[in-house]
Amino acid sequence: MSPEMQQVLAEKLLSMADDELVLAHRNSEWTGHAPILEEDIAFTNIALDEMGHARIWYGLHQELTGIDPDEAIYFREPRAYRNARLLELPRGDWAFSLVRQYFFDVFEMVRAERLLESAYRPLAEAAAKIRPEELYHYRHTHTWLQRLGLGTDESSRRTQSAVDALWPHVFQLFEPLPGEEVLVNAGFVPESIALETAWKKIIQEALAGAGLHMPAQPAASPGGRTEHTAHLADLLAEMQGVARANPGAEW
Amino acid sequence: MIAEEQVWQALEEVKDPEIPVVSVVEMGIVRAVAVEGKAVTVTMTPTFSGCPALDVMEREIERVVRALGAAPVTVETVLYPPWSTEWISETARQKLKQFGLAPPPRHEGHLPVTFYEPVPCPRCDSKNTVVRNTFGSTLCRAIYFCNECVEPFEQFKAL
Repeated sequence: MSPEMQQVLAEKLLSMADDELVLAHRNSEWTGHAPILEEDIAFTNIALDEMGHARIWYGLHQELTGIDPDEAIYFREPRAYRNARLLELPRGDWAFSLVRQYFFDVFEMVRAERLLESAYRPLAEAAAKIRPEELYHYRHTHTWLQRLGLGTDESSRRTQSAVDALWPHVFQLFEPLPGEEVLVNAGFVPESIALETAWKKIIQEALAGAGLHMPAQPAASPGGRTEHTAHLADLLAEMQGVARANPGAEW
Repeated sequence: MIAEEQVWQALEEVKDPEIPVVSVVEMGIVRAVAVEGKAVTVTMTPTFSGCPALDVMEREIERVVRALGAAPVTVETVLYPPWSTEWISETARQKLKQFGLAPPPRHEGHLPVTFYEPVPCPRCDSKNTVVRNTFGSTLCRAIYFCNECVEPFEQFKAL
């Protein structure tokens, strides 16, 4: 692998890891606060799963760069994070968090299906591990999407509002990183457009099945993964506070 | 000189802290043992990738192998092939049941088939049960309710 390619691959892995970590953190905010006990448990479990997936991607990133995952997580500034902005937005009401998780689950599932064939073996192996776990998420969040969409006027209204609010941010998930075409040409990662098409097909059917409508395609979201909202800084301040106050502490 | 068999035997002592009745060997978590003189390498694989018990199991594996006089001891983690509940031994399935956890349904690699199968209650074997939550007190458990016992129970989720 050329050094240039290795650099793009490391950046790709970091963006994948950061997506999972930031979403896991937002979901963990429901622990003790979800509307019903079963969902409190489910969202906490899903957060833990995504954290497990983050751990896998940070591990692969470490193999290429030598950067320790704890170092990457606790001691990077917000602007060095590479997560999509969709995932750092505050958790909102439960419909907002649920729809976001559902959108991400479908994204991760269609990506994992394609990564199974990755020419970069560690990615293919990780995808084989992650995919069955995502099936549980997908099944859960899809069921809830239907239940909320077809439930009461209020649940349907809130769910549609969540879809509308998330929609302008969601397509950043599919935007290729600068230079990513070398990874696509090498068969390491799937083409973004293929992921986006597969994702939209599933989402369109699911929204229709839940009595919800799909908003119009937004204009491409400005700025790459180096641009963040102020919400990420708040999230990281909480996540990194203890580690920074006591570097090297174990607990 | 350490025999490979001794290492496997020692590993039988290491339990998954979330399911303290079955060993990491019975669970299919230990994939391989390699011995070269006094050097031992144990290869393990995570069950669910977010399982918080992984680090504990890794440390325990290292501890029991070191206690045999092995040095150096290396514990390697591999993701592939991904761990499956199909690897849980028959005796371990019985132990799970006695522990009150319904054993994972068999799926032979086709996980979604398990989603709609009735799950027998580990206490009374009735199939008159209903899923309450596909997520439970740990990543590997789902919550069911037995209509005969009128009691909840947990199932080890198929993976």
